[in-house]
Amino acid sequence: MKLAILGAGDVGRSVADLAGEYGHDVVALADSTTATVDADGIDIEGALERKAGGDALGSSDPADVFESEYDVLVEATPTTLGDAEPGFSHVERALEADRHVVLANKGPVAERYEELRALEADSAGSIRFEATVGGAIPVLSTIEDSTPQAVTAVRGVLNGTANFILTRMAAEGLDYEHVLAEAQDLGVAEADPTFDVDGTDAALKFVILANVLADGGFSLEDATVEGIQSIPGSALDLAAEDGRTIRLIGEATRDGVRVGPRLVPENGPLAVTGTRNIVQIETRNAGSLHSSGRGAGGPETATAVLSDVGRLPPL
Amino acid sequence: MNARKQEVTAVSDDSAAEENAETDGGVRAYTVRLELVDEPGELLRALAPIADNGGNLLSIHHERGNMTPRGHIPVEVDLESPPDRFDGIVDALRDAGVNVIQAGAEHYGEEINVVLVGNIVEHDLSNTLSRIEDEANAVVRDLSLSAPNGTEAVSSARIRLAIDSGRSDAALEAIRSIGSDKELTVVEPLLGGDTA
Repeated sequence: MKLAILGAGDVGRSVADLAGEYGHDVVALADSTTATVDADGIDIEGALERKAGGDALGSSDPADVFESEYDVLVEATPTTLGDAEPGFSHVERALEADRHVVLANKGPVAERYEELRALEADSAGSIRFEATVGGAIPVLSTIEDSTPQAVTAVRGVLNGTANFILTRMAAEGLDYEHVLAEAQDLGVAEADPTFDVDGTDAALKFVILANVLADGGFSLEDATVEGIQSIPGSALDLAAEDGRTIRLIGEATRDGVRVGPRLVPENGPLAVTGTRNIVQIETRNAGSLHSSGRGAGGPETATAVLSDVGRLPPL
Repeated sequence: MNARKQEVTAVSDDSAAEENAETDGGVRAYTVRLELVDEPGELLRALAPIADNGGNLLSIHHERGNMTPRGHIPVEVDLESPPDRFDGIVDALRDAGVNVIQAGAEHYGEEINVVLVGNIVEHDLSNTLSRIEDEANAVVRDLSLSAPNGTEAVSSARIRLAIDSGRSDAALEAIRSIGSDKELTVVEPLLGGDTA
């Protein structure tokens, strides 16, 4: 497949870097200001070096990407809430041109799922978005294989930063602010960690899961979301007295989405440590499936994007 | 709800339930009331036949301050065992000379833990507890408070509640609303799936 990649952050760059290994060509790569476009395949190494050196990716305008001969648009621009722009318009434009779209950007699938599906229905192209939920962990494809109707609920930990903070608080008996500062020093938490610790990032992922289970109907404002900022070290100590710990757990069912700190067995499957993520897929006929792994990171998330590309039918 | 699920929810200690959830034939929770003579070593003597016959002790309420009319100490033992082994456990207790007053009655179905965070003490802890008992239809079995920065600062409390089987969702909903009235963060257990 010929890929056009929008967004040259960690994920977009890693998709470009790994595309060849998965048997795909990159014909365009754009960040928010410039683009490099070449029907015979762009010079990926050169473009990534320019980006790393702070130079322009290429001499083209980002809008030129849509004029290139691509089969699949990889939408890897930053997630935005509400109208999910400009990501949504990018997807719309590609589908209207009868191309496939693979999203790593959570915004459009969480906030405007039904509109996306309607655009897809009128297009020869399809959309896939494995990378929006759980990074490298195959969550959506597992649900697809089990058929969404047979999945009753999805629960789990889908934010590595919040999980890291809770793990360290429990292990060291420290309070939230202290561990957050440590996480920022280690690069595990961003300078502005709001969306990670207030549950928004996890909620977006569980909203996407609820949309898949129920075939739409949810956006972020339908989710009940609570963060971990108000959890003191003493709460984790008390939980440990009883063989429990606290994790930021999300739950998606056809009835709704809920994210918040919850008590889970300390040695149970959902109490993953550090930045690790886990999902538990509860099925009607096959019990629970657990899948754990790296929920973020450029190459990790890029593998999910490229697996999606591999699942697309030829145009 | 299938048979295995029901057994699991009837078990009072849910971490033990998780370990045993896949046991062939399943396990059930039982409450046994015993009367012990107030002598050293009596409790240990009474518990040995349970473990020796395939029972798993979950909790023991040893009411030392209480005396039965016959001057004995009542002890309530929660245990779990495969259903076909429970009669053997009761027989073994009686063989060992332990007075078994009541066996097999599951007088409460589920236990859940919740952790409350906030100005717990300032917001009248005893009122919070009695509201939980009234509005969530629960019995507070145990309370553990941690206030490392003093009772006027943010503190945490873990509360172990006994509730009727199948009522945990309703009970948690009631506790959530008490929490929001009192500006407390309620950390609920995750129920459902194999995780609870």
